[in-house]
Amino acid sequence: MCDQTFMAATFGPCDSCSKPSPLMNIYIKNEATNYCSLCVEMMACQGLQKGETLESLKRESETLKKKLEEERNKLNDVELHQVAEKVEVLSALSIKTRRVLKGHGNKVLCMDWCKDKRRMVSSSQDGKVIVWDAFTLNKEHGVPLPCTWVLACAYAPLRSLCLIMNGYLGLDNKCSVIPLSLDKNENLAAKKKSVAMHTNYVSGCSFTNSDMQLLTSSGDGTCALWDVESGQLLQSFHGHTADVLSLDLAPSETGNTFVSGGCDMKANVWDMRSGQNIQSFESHESDINCVKYYPSGDAFASASDDATCRFYDLRADREVAVYQKDSIIFGASTCDFSLSGRLLFAGYNDYTINVWDVLKGTRATILFGHENRVSRVRVSPDGTALGSASWDSTLRVSWSFSTGSNYIFRFIKLLFWVNSRLVLEFTVAF
Amino acid sequence: MLWIHSDSFHRLSLLLLFSFIHLCFQLESILLEMQDPKIGVKGTEQKLNISTIPHVIAGNDIIAWISNKMKTSTEEAQAFGTMLVAYGYIYPLQNHKKLVMCNDSSLYRFQTPYFWPTQKWVPDDSDYGIFTLLLHAVCLCFIQAHYNHLHEWLNHKWDFIVMQATEQYKAGKERKKPDRVVFDCQERAYWMVNRPPVSLSNSNMFYQQAIMRSKVKSSVSLGALVKYITTYKNHDPFLASCLPSNPWQTDHDAYWTLNMRRVEVPTKMRVERWSFSLFELLSDLRGRDDFKIFLKKEFSGENLAFWEAAEELKWGTASSMSTKAETIFKTFLAPGAPRWINIDGRTMGLTVKGLEHPHRYVLEAAQTHVFMLMKKDTFFRYLKSPTYKDIQKKALNPEQHNFSPANLEQNALNRSPGIHPIILWQQEEEEKAKVAAASAPVDVKAMMSKIDRKK
Repeated sequence: MCDQTFMAATFGPCDSCSKPSPLMNIYIKNEATNYCSLCVEMMACQGLQKGETLESLKRESETLKKKLEEERNKLNDVELHQVAEKVEVLSALSIKTRRVLKGHGNKVLCMDWCKDKRRMVSSSQDGKVIVWDAFTLNKEHGVPLPCTWVLACAYAPLRSLCLIMNGYLGLDNKCSVIPLSLDKNENLAAKKKSVAMHTNYVSGCSFTNSDMQLLTSSGDGTCALWDVESGQLLQSFHGHTADVLSLDLAPSETGNTFVSGGCDMKANVWDMRSGQNIQSFESHESDINCVKYYPSGDAFASASDDATCRFYDLRADREVAVYQKDSIIFGASTCDFSLSGRLLFAGYNDYTINVWDVLKGTRATILFGHENRVSRVRVSPDGTALGSASWDSTLRVSWSFSTGSNYIFRFIKLLFWVNSRLVLEFTVAF
Repeated sequence: MLWIHSDSFHRLSLLLLFSFIHLCFQLESILLEMQDPKIGVKGTEQKLNISTIPHVIAGNDIIAWISNKMKTSTEEAQAFGTMLVAYGYIYPLQNHKKLVMCNDSSLYRFQTPYFWPTQKWVPDDSDYGIFTLLLHAVCLCFIQAHYNHLHEWLNHKWDFIVMQATEQYKAGKERKKPDRVVFDCQERAYWMVNRPPVSLSNSNMFYQQAIMRSKVKSSVSLGALVKYITTYKNHDPFLASCLPSNPWQTDHDAYWTLNMRRVEVPTKMRVERWSFSLFELLSDLRGRDDFKIFLKKEFSGENLAFWEAAEELKWGTASSMSTKAETIFKTFLAPGAPRWINIDGRTMGLTVKGLEHPHRYVLEAAQTHVFMLMKKDTFFRYLKSPTYKDIQKKALNPEQHNFSPANLEQNALNRSPGIHPIILWQQEEEEKAKVAAASAPVDVKAMMSKIDRKK
């Protein structure tokens, strides 16, 4: 939608080793250079250079931080709520939860929609992964797994599923991909193929634009990109200083970036090609549980244990809104945008889902129904419904009850009726 | 893959080796001289309790040698000596907790070039084990950052390193207790000195890059976000009604059937959405088909074909990369290729050079160039073209469903299962195969041999 104003050399010969590879754009002594990721690491490991001491580096760090703040503030000419004043107020939302999917025996930890807009996969602490047709409430596949914690699951664009299983105490950190088929009686557990491996628990996974590549985030503080077929590590992303809890791929035409949020309270934006950390936002006061891109790809939202959700603008390079209320004191564990980006659905640990008006910063409505923590909310691919998974072992589907033209028609009918009655009264009177 | 799973022993050793080698450039030559039997510092054998440690040197001897060699004062020589101790080239045998060079008869020894502190991970040395475990837990996050690059960088030396490591390990098992205790202190001192500068310089580099990166005024970027919302407002099922109805609300899946992938006539809303951006048009495969019809009329289909091929390369399996790259080169980039794309000389040069060692992002520059071309020029011409206007006229505008409560109950009982996504995927694959077969260049020889066989 918006013009991509950042164009930089991304693949070519490295300025240091001349090998053709994905490039990172860095500044050495205020001069722009393009290094491959290996040369960047080697340069960073050089230890203290001539004339440098720990003190001088620390002072440089402080001045650079201040300069960055100054640069950001220079362009800060308007706030989001000011821009939003010209936008019309949301009409009263009527969102109801009418479908409940029961079948899990324990907390449902994760869910994801299939591209066909009606099927979904969910994983739970009882070790079961179920593929549902949420429209007809049919269970299509059930995959029983050997371990208990199936932390996350994801549906691939074409036909596969990705499951993240962590053994007891997080010692068995496997991420497996299962290709689905039409045969309902097939033993899917036997077909699973181990892909990603981390040194700590794997917290989230996401397929890229195809079934062939997988992005994972892990408790060891890194994210990684894997080739599904060979299990090979294609790229790793280092920069978080604590567990990474969630990640999301950018829905933009270039499709080359993703954002990750972690326990170090930072949300980082990464370039998938070079592994470079492009942007970093540190304004939350506690662990970031979930990050999600705005539909245009130029902004993202984050949900955190500090009971707020925040909205960051990537082009202005700053936080532009905080969604909070005095009455909300429990942490937000998940968030997702509606199709247009006007609404932000956020699931909280107080069993509710708050729906925020992204532009005005106010709460549009609140959804009740779950009987325990909401672990995941996801809007369906065509935006028609909201799926939510909870520790109460159910999944619920909610949608907006439209004020369609049938109501207007009925209203007009009513008007006519009233009018005709009035005419009758008057004629009688006269 | 394997290295991510090998234990910390390898990881830690590698990092130390790596950092050590950098420091080496500065101090190695000096140390070599110091250890030279003729011109170096005089060493003796010393009895320490009941063990005999060979090749020990006294602190004052070292300092004297340094001040003589470098023509410096005793204080400077002592500072230099302390640095040698702190960096681990020389380790003290007594007072091992204090890593300084003392100008007296305290004893030191030269450190072996490869420093493997994880020899402590011997099961019977549990007291050392705990100590190093704590240390390693702290250092682990730091190590991980360099791990993959270390592996790549030292790949060609890997076997040698492993061999050295096993030898050191065996030798270490026979080491005397004083040496082992010394190693502990060295390890600690090593981390004290070497860790902070690395993470600081890394973050300084990041801040510099962040400052230099181009930013946009808030009014502009926020305005764009608002514009996006306004554009998509009527397409958001939570804000405006779906036509004919939201399947979840009425249990009737007409909305999904009317918007399927290979529908003959799309809906008006869908066609309108194609006009929002090139990205929308290309993401909706039905829209992409329509765009292809337009491009065929204009005889400029090679740009989109190249873009699609580049996408397949980027998101495909690692094993298929080189064959795909070759096909793309032959079809689009080689001089005189059947579907030669018109990109500027510099980009073409970079791409062709990169294709010698294919990488999934080798076509990035060319792909972006082609995409921008389509976005800025072809896309707008498409929106004004008769092809688009035609489809706009033909597009369906379904009536809003008006179900009575009885109807709704009926719907709820008869929810359609729809077509399984895997069947759709199989259909797609068949279609793709048909298209590929139709556009493949005819192999004359094969044709002729077929005809001959038939005869």
